[in-house]
Parts: sequence; structure tokens; C-alpha cells
Amino acid sequence: MPAFREHGLAFLYGRTWDPNSNVYGILPEMWGTLYTSLLALLFGSLFGVAAAIFLSEGYMGDTVFKLLKMVNLQFHPFWGKLPERCEVLLKNLIELLAAVPSVVYGLWGLFVVIPLIRPYCNWLHDKCGWFPLFSTDLSGPGILPAVIVLSIMILPTITAISRDALVSVPPKLRMAAYGLGATRWETILGVLLPTASRGIFGGMVLAFGRALGETMALAMLVGNANRLTVSLFSPANTLAALLANTFPEAGPKDIPVLMYAALVLLAITLVVNMIGAVALERAAAKAEAK
Amino acid sequence: MSSPDPVPSRHEHETFLHRVEEEAAVNPFEGVDFSELEVSLYRPRTLLNAILSCIVTGMTLLALIPLFFVLFMLIWRGGQKLSLALFTQLPPAPLEQGGGFGNAIIGTLIMVGIATILTVPLGVFTGVYLAQAPGDSKLASGVRFSAKVLTGFPSILAGVFAYGAIVLTTGGYSAIAGGIALAILMLPTIILTSESAIAMVPAKMKEASIGLGATNTQSVWMVLLPTAMPGILTGVMLAIARAAGETAPLLFTALFSNYWLISHGQLNLMQPTASLAVLIYNFSGMPFKNQVELAWAGALILVALVLITNLIGQSFSRQQVQQ
Repeated sequence: MPAFREHGLAFLYGRTWDPNSNVYGILPEMWGTLYTSLLALLFGSLFGVAAAIFLSEGYMGDTVFKLLKMVNLQFHPFWGKLPERCEVLLKNLIELLAAVPSVVYGLWGLFVVIPLIRPYCNWLHDKCGWFPLFSTDLSGPGILPAVIVLSIMILPTITAISRDALVSVPPKLRMAAYGLGATRWETILGVLLPTASRGIFGGMVLAFGRALGETMALAMLVGNANRLTVSLFSPANTLAALLANTFPEAGPKDIPVLMYAALVLLAITLVVNMIGAVALERAAAKAEAK
Repeated sequence: MSSPDPVPSRHEHETFLHRVEEEAAVNPFEGVDFSELEVSLYRPRTLLNAILSCIVTGMTLLALIPLFFVLFMLIWRGGQKLSLALFTQLPPAPLEQGGGFGNAIIGTLIMVGIATILTVPLGVFTGVYLAQAPGDSKLASGVRFSAKVLTGFPSILAGVFAYGAIVLTTGGYSAIAGGIALAILMLPTIILTSESAIAMVPAKMKEASIGLGATNTQSVWMVLLPTAMPGILTGVMLAIARAAGETAPLLFTALFSNYWLISHGQLNLMQPTASLAVLIYNFSGMPFKNQVELAWAGALILVALVLITNLIGQSFSRQQVQQ
């Protein structure tokens, strides 16, 4: 690759992107990619694992069952199936979150999320501007809306894989914990989560890989500013968004450089995805060995 | 029980049994604090349990809000614009009123069609191979692992690849390049789902067909594939739904166009092609009200297409479960 020879490793830590003077660096993009993905992973896995626990521990079914019991219909041939049906419906709803195309999430983020959170963000900036996370005001696209939308997009991945891991915990472990007098949450925290941890970890890594490579929502929401920042409200850029925004108008001189950036993105996501796939395979092997 | 005599006499043995009975009659749970197990919100254990349950319920409901919020906004803002003109007219120029995106709908369908034609045979046959290969086959596990890694492949990189491989060699943006970029994204899903669908066919069915004298090829064509068909179709529908919503790989392979694909009565697949997803992306960034409204209407139609495809796919898998 000619671009590799020309720009060498300086490409990886350069901070400027200036086609006119032929200086290219993708450090801000790499930082933006990792920063947004890590934050999204944080929120996404918090909510994703919570939803997985809610789905796998039968909260929905229990509630519906109790409601049916009040009207004495819990063993009715039709109504009696309702608890199960509700759980399946809820699971499918969460999976539908993944079916919405990312460009639609981008549209929604652009016209709904940004106007919605803007007053709160600027209030935070006024009050706590000394805190590095809030050091700029939100004037439009920025990291926070991108992170919000990104975490919604990776949530279904985490929920589906964590739910599978939680459901495949051998039932006798659960029974034993309840038999010892543990409450539901003592069982979840002490027995279920540690046993399912490998599967949950694998799911989180795969979701991280997806967040790294996510393009359209970020290209629309992150602001495309070549800037190195920790502020949540400042515009930034990511590798995938850089490719999406500059590739269609790229001249012949830019193409090799963009290919180089694509190579870096490919290397990062491949490594992350392979770690995730290996972790899930190990988790499955361990579950079979039991 | 400390008796000086190593062998207890009959009397001693009876008193011993009696004492054991007496001890058993005493409450065996004496000294156990039952209040430890009491369910009451005043006890920290129960309280913690209830609080965490509430938090988890709340978080799950909160996670579902975006779904309904997105759907609501789509129907509210896209529904206003919905009319027949959307499907028959071409995208408007800036500042122009009205217009539609008939060419984008057709472009999306054509590119997804190209990708489906390319990937379905390849993916299903790879799935057959993976399901039939012996368990210790290095090739099979290698292919399976790479397919798994490829499912997380960033969609924009598929676009970069198709740009380098097709656009640069054929010398222009085209529907074919877009279709190939989408095919790269569809392939791993189809391989993995058809493999698991074929692996779920009971082994005795294949053994029976071989026992009846069928060759390997015959048993694959006449027994395995028909039985696994619902599962394979589910995978294909899911892959199509995903491909239809992809924007990134089309941005610089099919680009966009304001014209119909068919010009002068001829279908030309080697020209830039519009697609719904790219239309939404392009129009959402424009400062004109009409374009933004069109973007919302396009998003509504795209989501409807994707969700319907998904639901059809799920109904296939339900059929298989019922079998």
C-alpha cells in the first residue's frame, strides 16, 4: 500500500487531516471511535444485562401469572398461556430494536434526541463546566447523542447473548440456591451471574466490535470534527464516520489514505470480534462439559 | 454414649434407641433464627431484593422506550407525507415541492435482489457442507469461525472492499457493485443459519434415506434440504432484512441518482443507483423542509419493509418448531 510507505506510523498518531498539504493523521478518529464505543458499551451492557435478567428470571411471566390468579384464570386453556406469550413478545420486541436500520436511528437521533437533550446538556455545562466531561456546550451533533443512539443499537446483542447464557445455567444451581434460603437477587448476584459471566463477557465483546464498526448513525450524529476531546458535548469523529463522509468525494490522492484508515479499522474490529467469538465458544464448551 | 463395655447389652441398646427418639421429638430447628428467613420489607435482604427487582424492571422498560419512540416518530412525521406520489415520482430538486422516491424503492429492491441471487446458493451449499463435514474437520471449523467473525464485520468495510474490487476495475458506480457489497454482509448470516437448520434435521432421517439406497447427493437434495427449508428461509429473510437497511456499503458503491434505472426502455445495472437508505442519509442533512419530510417518509417505508421481512422470517421458523 503506497499510503503506508508514504505516511508510515506517523499516520497513527498524527492529529491533523489536511488534504491540501498532504498531512494525514487519524489519532482523533481512533480516539473518537474507542471513546464513543466504550461509553456506549458501558450504558448498553448496563441496560442490556438488566433486560437479560428481567427476561430470563421470569419477572414478566410471574407478574402476568399473579394478575391472572386474581381473576382465577391462571390455568385457563387460553389465558393460562398468556405469561409465556408475554415473555416471548417482550423478547421479540427487544430483538426488533436490532432490526431498525441504523440510518433510521441516525435520523431519529438528529431530529429527536439532539433537540431533546440539548437544554439539559447546556444547563450541565453552565453549572459544572469545570468538570472535563462537560467542558463544552452542545451546539448540535456531538459525542453524547452518538453514544445514546449507539448504546440503543448494541443493547439487543448484549441482551440476546446474556439471556442465552443465563438460561443455560443448570437449573439445579438455581434450585440449590433457593433451597438454601437465598432471595432472588442473592441467587442472581451470587450464583447466576458468576456462572454465566463468560457468555455475558463474550456478548459484550461482540457488541463492542459492532459499536466500533457502526457507521451511519455515527456519521450523522457525531459531528465530524477532527478533534481530540473528552467532553461529552463536543463534536468528534470516528474512523467509520470518516470513511463514510470523505469517501464519496475523495480524489485519487485521498483514496490510498482512506484505504489505510479502513485497514486500521479492519484490524481493530477483527481482533475484537475474534476475542468475542473465542470467548463465546469457550463458554459453550464449558456449558457442555457440565 | 460412653459405655465401658465394647458390646452394649440389649437393655443399654434399648435405652439408647429411646433417647434418640426423645431427642428427635424435640424441635430439630431449635436455635435456628427464623426471622432470618422472614419476608418483610423492613429486613435489609428483602428490601435489597425488592429494590433491585424494581431497578431491573425499570431499566427494561426504559430500554424499550426508544423502540416505541422511533416507531411513533416515524408514523407521526413520515405518515403525514405518505401518498401515492411517493412511489411514482422522482426525488425533488432543492427548493422544489412534492416529489417522491420511486426510483430509490426500486433501486433498493434490485440491489437486495442481486445480493440474494449471489449469496443464497453459495451460503446454503456452504451450510450443507459445514453440517455434513466430520466433527474434526479443520476446514469446516475454520470456515465456521470466519463466518462468525464476519457477522460482526463493519458494513462500511464491505463498501470499501467493493469500491476497490468492483468500482475501480469497472470504472464507475453501479447497482452491481452495491449488490456485491450487500452480498458480503448477507453471506455469513445465511451460512450460519442454514448450517444450524440442517444440523437440526434428525440424523435418523438421513440414515433412513441412505438405508433405502439413496446416494449422498440424493439424500441431501430430497431429504435434508426440504426438511430444513423453513430454517433456511428464516435465515435468508433475516439476511435480506439486514441488507435492505444497510447504508454504509452503498454510499460509495451505488452512490445515488435522481433518475430511474430504466432509461430508453433498457435496464442498465452499470449506472449509479438510488436506494432508500442513502436517500434518508442524504436528505436528512439538507436544510430544506421538503427533503427532511421525504427522509422521514422514506424511513417509515424502509422500516415497514424491514419489519415485514423480519416477521415473515419468524413465521417460517415457527412452522419448523411446529413440525
